[in-house]
Amino acid sequence: MTRVDPGYFLALAGLMFSIGVVGTLVRRNAIVIFMFVELMLNAVNLAFITFARMHGELDGQVLVFFVLVVAAAEAVVGLAIILRIYRLRESANVDDVNLLKW
Amino acid sequence: MDVAVFVAVFVLALGSSLAMLFARNAVHVALFLVAGQVALAVAFLLQGAFFVAAVQVIVYAGAIMVLFLFVIMLLGVDQREALIEPLPGQRPLAIGLGALLVLEILYASMRGLDLASASPEGSAALARLNADPGNVEALARLLFSDFLLPFEVTSVLLVAAIVGVMALARRMGGPLTASERSDRAEEVAA
Repeated sequence: MTRVDPGYFLALAGLMFSIGVVGTLVRRNAIVIFMFVELMLNAVNLAFITFARMHGELDGQVLVFFVLVVAAAEAVVGLAIILRIYRLRESANVDDVNLLKW
Repeated sequence: MDVAVFVAVFVLALGSSLAMLFARNAVHVALFLVAGQVALAVAFLLQGAFFVAAVQVIVYAGAIMVLFLFVIMLLGVDQREALIEPLPGQRPLAIGLGALLVLEILYASMRGLDLASASPEGSAALARLNADPGNVEALARLLFSDFLLPFEVTSVLLVAAIVGVMALARRMGGPLTASERSDRAEEVAA
């Protein structure tokens, strides 16, 4: 096991999560936004793994397993929704989906 | 040695995430995300999460990202992002708040540094677990005992996702879109 302090792994996870948040807010393409959400999930996974190591228990790794499963289900459903919107609107731009906006 | 590996992981993961932010093409964003995920898998290995690292590469970098690339190709690669800003000032505000979030999280993980150096026996305990029953076996024991109910709920979630996607992706009756009309016209002409 590495001698590198867990705090550095947490810092890496935090930085990646922040990049994911900014990307989600800044980008316009629905698929790209979705990929930034995946990036945030990945960053949280790294934090879970680091916590598992800090506490010397495997619960964090089991949680990462569940996050992976939920991310897979979420990716499939989300991409199907994007596909459906694209068929209807001919665009993957989130600003074009404004029917419910006042 | 492992410090060098960690520095490489840090640079690769952070660099590919930043590159995702600035990449114009959606395919490039997907490829940078794959690079970041592989780097994270190495970070998992460094911390003794062997099974999860393998699953990360196979499921995330493999299956899910292939699905993303498939949908990007299906929708057309040459989709340029619109530069028109419907909400004025959203972009600078997002970047400013993102910088604030970075500061907050860095502060929290610095506190985490203190916390971790206060309890260095965690790594040793995890190394013992990985050595004696083995990472996969210990994980399986935990998954099928303490986490049995969440595990079963996960299977319900997967079935619901499959049914939902089949309902969503099915072609419903109703008016055709412009591209579908031209497709039909081409078929008739051929």
